Amino acid sequence: MLDVHLPGLNLKNPVMPASGCFAFGAEYGDLYDLNELGAVIIKAATLEPRFGNPTPRVAETAAGMLNAIGLQNPGVDKIIRQELPRFEKLDVPVIANIAGSEMEDYIKTAEKISEQTVVHALELNISCPNVKHGGIAFGTVPEVAAELTRKVKSVSKKPVYVKLSPNVTDIVAMAKAVEEAGADGLSMINTLLGMRIDLKTQRPVLSNLTGGLSGPAIKPVAIRMIYEVSQKVSIPIIGMGGIQNADDVIEYFLAGASAVAVGTANFVDPFICPKIIKELPKKLKAMGISDINELIGRSWKHV
Amino acid sequence: MRQESMQVIKHGEIADQIFEMKLQGELVCEITEPGQFVHILVDGASHSIAPLLRRPISISSANTSEKTMTLIYRGGGLGTGLLSKTAVGQSVDVLGPLGHGFPVMEAARGGHALIIGGGVGVPPLYGLSQALKEREIKVTHILGFRSAKDVFYQQAFEELGQTFIMTEDGTCGLKGRVTDVLGQLDFDIAYACGPLPMLRALENQITEKPLYLSLEQRMGCGIGACMACVAHTTDPNDSKGYRRVCSDGPVFKAREVELC
Repeated sequence: MLDVHLPGLNLKNPVMPASGCFAFGAEYGDLYDLNELGAVIIKAATLEPRFGNPTPRVAETAAGMLNAIGLQNPGVDKIIRQELPRFEKLDVPVIANIAGSEMEDYIKTAEKISEQTVVHALELNISCPNVKHGGIAFGTVPEVAAELTRKVKSVSKKPVYVKLSPNVTDIVAMAKAVEEAGADGLSMINTLLGMRIDLKTQRPVLSNLTGGLSGPAIKPVAIRMIYEVSQKVSIPIIGMGGIQNADDVIEYFLAGASAVAVGTANFVDPFICPKIIKELPKKLKAMGISDINELIGRSWKHV
Repeated sequence: MRQESMQVIKHGEIADQIFEMKLQGELVCEITEPGQFVHILVDGASHSIAPLLRRPISISSANTSEKTMTLIYRGGGLGTGLLSKTAVGQSVDVLGPLGHGFPVMEAARGGHALIIGGGVGVPPLYGLSQALKEREIKVTHILGFRSAKDVFYQQAFEELGQTFIMTEDGTCGLKGRVTDVLGQLDFDIAYACGPLPMLRALENQITEKPLYLSLEQRMGCGIGACMACVAHTTDPNDSKGYRRVCSDGPVFKAREVELC
C-alpha cells in the first residue's frame, strides 16, 4: 500500500526526514527504530568541514521558522568514517545530501560519498540560502544548475536527485534544465529566503541576517511548484515543505510528488515521521485507495 | 527522554511575570541532574501552529517520589504567555528531560559551593542547591534581580543557606550586581546561571576555582540534531570545535565554550 519505487530507492513507505533536520540519524535513532522510515536524507556533506554561521541561527515566525545554520558538518571524509557505519546494520536507504562552494567541491564530494554501499542516492543541494558562496547561485540559473547536474552525474555511482530552490521566478525552467542534464529525480522545495527583525534591538534576529523559511507557512508554495513541475517533467519528485501529518502527505501526492520529506515538524514532535507512517494507511483506506502511487498528480490529472 | 502529556497540579505567578508550574508524570523519574531542561509544546493538544516550536524551560526542582517537577519561567512571550494561562488539571506536552545539568559530584562532601544566579537564570539553581545540601555541602547563594517586584524564592533559598539578594535599584537586598559581593566570599566550587554579561564577568573573576555555567540559546529540536544552538569551543584544537547547548550542555565548565 505504501511502498514506492524510485530511481535507486525501493522504499517501504514514502516518508523520510528531510536533510538538515535529522543530522545523521544518531539522535532520532535513540528515540525510535530508524527502520520504520522510508529513507533518511542525511545532513549536507561538504568536501571540507564547516562550522556554519554564528548564532542566533534560528528564529520562529508565524507558522514557520527561519534557519541559517550554514551547512555545519564535519566534512565528507568524517561523515563516511563516523556517521555512515550507523546505517550498515539498518535496513533503511540513505540519501546523501551534498553541497559545495565550487563545482569541484560538489564533484569530489559526490565521487566519495556515492561509492558508499549504504548510500542509495544523492540529493544535490543547489539551493541552500545560507552560505555566502555557491549553494543558491547554482540553484537560480538554469544553465549553471544543468552544468553542475551533468558533472555530478558523470561521477556519481548512484542516482542523483536535484534539490530545487523556490527562490526563482520560473521553477519549471529550473526543473527542465536539470532533467535534461540527467537528473534522476527532484527534491522540492528548499527553504524560502526570509528575514525577521527584532523590535527591541531594531536589527535582524539572525546573525546571518537572512535565513531559510520552513514549516507549514511554506506548504502552499511547495504544493503549487510541484503541481506545475510534475506536469512538465517525467522524473519523480520528493516533495517537502511544512508537512505535519498524513493529510499533508496525501496533498503532496495529489500535487504530483512520489515521496515526501518531513523537516521542521521533527523539531515540534520528534516522533512525527513514524506517527505519519502509521496514520497514512488509515487515511488511504478511508479514501478507498489501495496503493499510494495511485494518488500521484491526481489534482492535475482530474483537470 | 520521553514525550509525555503531563498534568498541571499547581500554577501561579510568583513575581512580576514569573510563573511557577508544577507538573506530574513519569518523565520526572528520568531526571538525573539539576540543571536539565524540558521542551514544552504550548497548547500541544490543539495542534495549533502558533507558536510552532517547543519552548525550552529549565527544571527548577523535582520530587521523584511524588513524580512532580517544578518549572519557573518568565511569561509574556507568544509561547510563554499562552503557557501561563494553562489551568490546574490541564495537561502540557513535555519532551524531556533534556541535556546535561550541573555536576553535583564535583563538589567535595563537606565543601562550600557558591551558587550565583541572575533573573530567570535563578530557577535551576534551586534544585542544584537542594542536591548539594543533601550531599552535606555548604551552599551560599548570590541572586541578582532587576527590582523587588522581580524577586522570587528568596525564603526558599535562605532555608538552604546564606543568601544575598542583589537588585539593580536596591529595592530588595543590596543594591548592585552579583559580582559586587563575590570578593568577600570563600568557597571551593561555583555554579552559575544567568544573562551572558553576568556569566562573562564570573568567568573573568573566578579563575582559580572550578566554575560551571548554564547557558541559554535559541533552540530548534532540543535533542542535538538541528545544530541551531551551537557554541564554539575555546580550545582551537578541540576535535569538533563546537558544543551543542541543548545536548552537550546547557551546563559547561567555565571557558570550555565561547560566551557569545
